[in-house]
Amino acid sequence: MSSDVRFTDFKSDKQPTWCPGCGDFGTMNGMMKALANTGNDPDNTFVVAGIGCSGKIGTYMHSYALHGVHGRALPLAAGVKMANPDLEVMAAGGDGDGYSIGVGHFIHAVRRNVDMTYVVMDNRIYGLTKGQASPTSREDFETSTTPEGPKQPPVNPLALALSAGATFIAQSFSSDAMRHTEIVQEAIEHDGFGFVNVFSPCVTFNDVDTYDYFRDELVDVGETDHDPTDLEAAQDVILDAENEYQGVLYQNEQANAYGAEHGLTENMAEIPDGAPEDATDLVREFY
Amino acid sequence: MPADFNWAVGGEAGDGIDSTGKIFAQALSRAGRHVFTSKDFASRIRGGYTAYKIRTSVDRVQSVVNRLDVLIALTPRTIEENRDELHDGSVIIYDGERTTMQDAPIPDDVVGLDVPLKRLAEDAGGAIMRNVVALGAACAVTGFPIENLDSALEKRFGAKGQKLVDNNKEAARKGQSYVDENHDHEFDYDLETTDNDYVLLNGDEAIGMGAIAAGCRYYAGYPITPATDVMEYLKGRIEQYGGHVVQAEDELSAINMALGAARAGARSMTATSGPGIDLMAETFGLVATTETPLVICNVMRSGPSTGMPTKQEQGDLNAMLYGGHGEIPRFVLAPTTIDECFWKTVEAFNLAEKYQLPVYLTADLSLAVTEQTFEPDAFNMDEVEIDRGKLVDEDGLAEWQNEKGQFKPHAITEDGISPRAVPGTDEGAHMTTGLEHDELGRRTEDTDMRIKQVDKRDRKVETAEQREEWEPREFGESDADTLIVSWGSNEGAMVEAIDMLADRGIDVRFISVPYIFPRPDLSDAIDDAEDVFVVECNNNGQFADLLERDALARVDRINKYNGVRFTADELAERISGALADAPEVSQ
Repeated sequence: MSSDVRFTDFKSDKQPTWCPGCGDFGTMNGMMKALANTGNDPDNTFVVAGIGCSGKIGTYMHSYALHGVHGRALPLAAGVKMANPDLEVMAAGGDGDGYSIGVGHFIHAVRRNVDMTYVVMDNRIYGLTKGQASPTSREDFETSTTPEGPKQPPVNPLALALSAGATFIAQSFSSDAMRHTEIVQEAIEHDGFGFVNVFSPCVTFNDVDTYDYFRDELVDVGETDHDPTDLEAAQDVILDAENEYQGVLYQNEQANAYGAEHGLTENMAEIPDGAPEDATDLVREFY
Repeated sequence: MPADFNWAVGGEAGDGIDSTGKIFAQALSRAGRHVFTSKDFASRIRGGYTAYKIRTSVDRVQSVVNRLDVLIALTPRTIEENRDELHDGSVIIYDGERTTMQDAPIPDDVVGLDVPLKRLAEDAGGAIMRNVVALGAACAVTGFPIENLDSALEKRFGAKGQKLVDNNKEAARKGQSYVDENHDHEFDYDLETTDNDYVLLNGDEAIGMGAIAAGCRYYAGYPITPATDVMEYLKGRIEQYGGHVVQAEDELSAINMALGAARAGARSMTATSGPGIDLMAETFGLVATTETPLVICNVMRSGPSTGMPTKQEQGDLNAMLYGGHGEIPRFVLAPTTIDECFWKTVEAFNLAEKYQLPVYLTADLSLAVTEQTFEPDAFNMDEVEIDRGKLVDEDGLAEWQNEKGQFKPHAITEDGISPRAVPGTDEGAHMTTGLEHDELGRRTEDTDMRIKQVDKRDRKVETAEQREEWEPREFGESDADTLIVSWGSNEGAMVEAIDMLADRGIDVRFISVPYIFPRPDLSDAIDDAEDVFVVECNNNGQFADLLERDALARVDRINKYNGVRFTADELAERISGALADAPEVSQ
């Protein structure tokens, strides 16, 4: 593809079926802009989507993409990147996909630090199944399956990531288009696992974590003296129970990404027409 | 003197039984003798009984037998466990100075050879070498040239330094000379050597080597007995050929990583056993419906649930054939010998890419952990052929784009096979999904497209049935009245049993089947025989069920799969229509 890629090149001709006003529109637009801004094009980009409203993103974007099974987007995306390091790999899913059914993979993906971007569209609700509590729902959030609220504390994905040794932790808000795009772009540019939790409000089933709520409450660390390379500062904002933040909260640029650590440079799709040269050495080993 | 010689070492798990057996097997192989081994090991690191059996001959051996000529017994239980296999003239090598072996129950008709294994090992540099002392003693009993043992010790310990090798050689000599000097018994055994060069390997290693030969570059797995050896073999080797092994956090992750690599265009693989197959069933349907080439190796063990993790069983056949919800084609290959583990792995990768579907490559525990000797030429790398199927590059794309220039990864074709463009191919960007999809790989609930996609996936099987050879392996008397059929690792034992049956005046025809799906049609062979026996290591006879079904007259089928339920009038219409089309049944 030519070098003058526009963000609309990442848009497919399929019209989204998200509810009008859904935060996922803004989340996706920022992802497409960030991909274009970083010099990628649809033919070198691989998007892995999970299951849920957010999982539809693979259909509405134009790139190589796989819409997988519920909760497994991260290992799938890691496999793509390991097999072909030349690809720009982005995984996207919701809070249920990433922090409930897929939370085991989340921890290990963070540890593994494969050079990819993970965008979680966090609306603190299960939207596609019409409004049940998600792992990030508030303790007293009343839903059809939790009429008195979940009565358990929500998962703090940022803290999970930090404790697992994350090298890039960020949070953004789908409605703040410019900042959201910038933050995703930094995640793409980060040499390692770039994790962005995006507040992506559900206008149909969540009347608590609304656009107004985030507009009023979000503190942008970009407008403070927050230093993302300072682990203690990162802990302070991530564990702060009183405030919600956007921006790059933590970044460790010293750690090697998985590919560098394991010497993965080749496109594994390319193989010889027969057994590899020297394959007979393998037989000799058994003498 | 019998043509074959049967040897075992037994003790507790943690006694180094496995490496002791492996060293002796290696020594025999290097001496130009054929070897076939069997491990009956416990799953605990300490405490359980474990043993390593070797059958060896200058002729090819394909099975162990229930007979022991020389037994190295580290515990009294080893003798108890093997008492029935010992015979007049068998020799038990044991350490009478070991507290538990002072009153070792040596049967009357067996030669008990008391050798101070531990003391001699300490003299040579360390008690840990007591098993090697026992191997030296075994050389004395069998007249086996100890230089062959030296060679195996060098292979085993060479990487750890010459000093360790020398100590072990010394330990072996101490065992040998102790027997020569202290026991004047005339033994019945004389292990002759030949100039033949053999390689010695197990099924897991053959699968790993086959994967590298086939161009597999990516392996993701989660450790599980008895499949871990595949991962351990690949680790450290596949990297030299540009590949990578990753240990995933669980099997759910392992198959997804392998799927991701496969979507990126790599020849990719995972290996597991029953419990892992259950977990992988979740993503299996995604692999199949996205038409992604993937090799899933299932090294079967006893189930269900955790079952008997270190014991033999062929119980997962139905899980592989039918596992996962919905209906989707998959191939199931079951190599019957260790050398075939290599070749069927190569074939599995070719089939996966040619037909763009998941291929189960299944070995059972016995095949996976058994070591056997082969002529090196049995793994001739020049004969490895790679067929990547309908892979298209930038130039080939145009043919498969719609009027908008969009690539069709699930194009409806006559043979059911669609083109495949790997990520990075210019103008090839496309998605696919576990949802039912159209030719572009996008979600659809259109009833016509649903039927077209189901039919095209099924057509790949019909195409493969026509284009490929799904031949069984045949042994014995082709016109015998008795037909034996088996699959998987039973072949070697059955082939040797043919001769034993012939000695009893019973002729049999034996068909060994390495293809479970698609599989050869054995209906005629079953019809021709008076008695048919299906041999398999499971309780229900899962393969027998398949063959019975194949041999039965077919019922007519009325199916619907467009996503809409049957209606009453539709059923009445289709049934009456089918009856009108049916040929008259003559009495």
